[in-house]
Amino acid sequence: MSQEVWRERDTTPSKVEAALRHLLIERYHDEDAFVPARVLNLVVVADAEFRGEVENRLERVGRYHPSRLVLCSVEPGHKTIDAWCSVSAEQAEGPFSLGRETVELKLGDRHLKALDTIVDPLLVPDLATLVWAPHGHAEAVDALRRLMQVVLVDSQDEQELPAALARSGELLETAYVVDLAWLRSTPWRERVAAAFDPPPQRRELAEIAGVTVRHRADSAAAAVLYCGWLCSRLGWRPGSLSDGGSSRRTGHARARRGEVTLRLDEVEQPGAPGLAGVTIETASGWSFSLDRGPGGLKSIRRARDGSEQVWTVLGASRGEAGILGEGVRQALLRDPTYKPALAAARAMVA
Amino acid sequence: MPASIPTDAPDREVGDNPLVEGLERLPVPPTTMVIFGASGDLAHRKLLPALYNLAHEGALPERFNLIGAARREQTDDEFREVMKESISANSRREPDPQVLDGLLERMHYVSVPFDDSEAYGRLGQLIEELDEEAGQPLARMYYLSTAPEFFSAIAEELKQAGLHRHKHADVRVVIEKPFGTDLESARKLQQVVSSVFRERQVFRIDHYLGKETVQNVLAFRFANLMFEPVWNRNYIDHVQITAAEDLGIGTRAGYYDSSGALRDLVQNHMLQLLTLLCMEPPSSFDADKVRDEKVKVLDAVTPMSPEEVERCTVRAQYTAGSPAGEDVVGYLEEEGVPDDSQTETYTALRLMVHNWRWEGVPFFLRTGKRLSRKTTEIAVQLKPVPHLAFASDGSVGVQPNLLILAVQPNEGVSLSLGAKIPGSRMRIRPVNMEFLYGSSFMSQSPEAYERLIQDAMRGEATLFTRDDEVIAQWSIIDPILRAWKEGEPPIASYSAGLPGPPEADELIAPRNWRGL
Repeated sequence: MSQEVWRERDTTPSKVEAALRHLLIERYHDEDAFVPARVLNLVVVADAEFRGEVENRLERVGRYHPSRLVLCSVEPGHKTIDAWCSVSAEQAEGPFSLGRETVELKLGDRHLKALDTIVDPLLVPDLATLVWAPHGHAEAVDALRRLMQVVLVDSQDEQELPAALARSGELLETAYVVDLAWLRSTPWRERVAAAFDPPPQRRELAEIAGVTVRHRADSAAAAVLYCGWLCSRLGWRPGSLSDGGSSRRTGHARARRGEVTLRLDEVEQPGAPGLAGVTIETASGWSFSLDRGPGGLKSIRRARDGSEQVWTVLGASRGEAGILGEGVRQALLRDPTYKPALAAARAMVA
Repeated sequence: MPASIPTDAPDREVGDNPLVEGLERLPVPPTTMVIFGASGDLAHRKLLPALYNLAHEGALPERFNLIGAARREQTDDEFREVMKESISANSRREPDPQVLDGLLERMHYVSVPFDDSEAYGRLGQLIEELDEEAGQPLARMYYLSTAPEFFSAIAEELKQAGLHRHKHADVRVVIEKPFGTDLESARKLQQVVSSVFRERQVFRIDHYLGKETVQNVLAFRFANLMFEPVWNRNYIDHVQITAAEDLGIGTRAGYYDSSGALRDLVQNHMLQLLTLLCMEPPSSFDADKVRDEKVKVLDAVTPMSPEEVERCTVRAQYTAGSPAGEDVVGYLEEEGVPDDSQTETYTALRLMVHNWRWEGVPFFLRTGKRLSRKTTEIAVQLKPVPHLAFASDGSVGVQPNLLILAVQPNEGVSLSLGAKIPGSRMRIRPVNMEFLYGSSFMSQSPEAYERLIQDAMRGEATLFTRDDEVIAQWSIIDPILRAWKEGEPPIASYSAGLPGPPEADELIAPRNWRGL
């Protein structure tokens, strides 16, 4: 990959924009095959001290790299705007080299309130803009609301689950929210949807009497959203979850034919955060479980007579490294089920 | 377990599954897939790697079994070993050992001489055992990946063994191309197929339709208002559809010499492109609605008379040449090709679509081997502007707009526009506005077979060729084959590495082919 760079201390957004334009023109001159990627703008607001960690995570998104990255690294007390920008190109499939633009701004917390006025000139017009603030900086995200179409959050990162879900709900009023905690539950949602898809099994959806979600200690958000998804899709009215101990939350949801018991259990899970397993039971004694296993999800179906079937649903784990890339990819898609799932999840943790 | 009640529609009365809303990956019913011709090239290079990639992504059904069926005698373990090598060699991603092992465990093998009824009994027994193991009857998908002459025999034997329908499970058959070698053989094959299966059970594969860029022709036409007003005989001068290859026939002499360019590419892939380009917007993207519109286009292409074949078609063979400085032999010198072969390695056609939208617009199709470049594209040449207000001296002047839909290798769309050359004079030259897939989408496109296998397992038929469609295709091709058999027009030649024979230039004159 080749790269051209410009940097300046105590600069202004218009100077950065001019420099970026100049770098692009130079790149066009140097290389006939140069084509800038035009997928989306990503604005990241991060603590300066953890800038390297964020850059490492962004490097791992692979082909889901945004077209233009504006990384705002925030250093408390910093007075000026210092900028560094580059246009890099890598050989893509086919005879062209795909360009990506990066702008890094070092700025102080005093800049955050009007961050939109700094970032606005640096965005590629007409591309969707995705904002991600992995270290909080709610003020900066709020300032960027008029520019962003999509915001990336990770409900798991917040200390308080109700506050995390409330914040997502609030952001949903002005932007599409991609929640990494929600994405961690995607394979589980897909598999349960598939398990209940054959017509004989589909009938059992109305008979569900209990749901148990097993999750890593730090992944309660994914578990609650998962239950919220079942509630919203199946028309259950969720009640509050109560702590049945430090590692268990329990509650009920009201379904048309009776109550559904909801149980969220923390379990030991080495490796990636997220869900560890799901069990769904019906009033008649039929149950279906999924748990992580080698080469996919271990699936157990227990019939009313107690007989069991065990098999593996094949699939490679994407691992936590892939979750950010998946989040960036999802920024250009729309999942209509997150919002109602979030509303149900909020009702459970209210 | 086979039942006498012929149904492939189990329990349709349950409502929709509310859990699938919003999911990118839709559920695929639990399935046992049987690949006939499992030791063949297609299975090794495409089908098994596609199945692995579906498994890797968690896109296979939750209960899935694969049965390899071929004439060769081998054990399950021997079959698994060979399949493991094929997947490792041909998968688009490095296999995950645990997923690969999991998939291999689901593989079984049955030796099936294709006309041996007893072998189908053994196959049926194994399928039932797998049902027992799963505790439910799994959907059956028979994938016919054998040489085409076995398609009829396999279908009939499946019926004989009662494997073609099931009371409680969907039964589907996927049939590889070519579906027949001419109109008569296609009709005969169709007769057999329809005596065994209902049309909704049959999935005739043309893997071109699984390509993202081919599907994008529909998105391009029907998701963008700006093109529709000009998409007709009033504004379009002509269309060129090109599928050029720079390689020769390689080791495929046996197949290719009995097929030729017309059957190999025009009858299926290129006519598919033509229909997607010409069809009317369907009222929905329901499989039959889309295919109804495609068939209407094919029906509007009047089959040629022998005189028209002479005037509107070119066939040619490559001769020895030195493309890029490398000496290559001519077609007749290729290993396995008879000295007196009359098989065309190049063909160009002029087709007319006789309907309200396209009357008078010629469609030029060309395909060939050992041409100067590998490319597949559709070029739509618009008519010139009605009045030229600009002087053309000192520039190439105003050129008609040209829209290119590039299918491979540089997937994208480009549109030539007239633009003013900077300076004090009003001089115009064409410039290009380009959209490249690679610069606008982050996702890697799945292989066509991955999409098609998944669609077939789900019973989604939009990207498969329907019975009347394949017959309509052959109805266009058959008169050409018959006239060629009579020797008209005589077969021409072109040097390997050139864009085609001079006769093709005469076919398109006074227009010109786009440079390859």
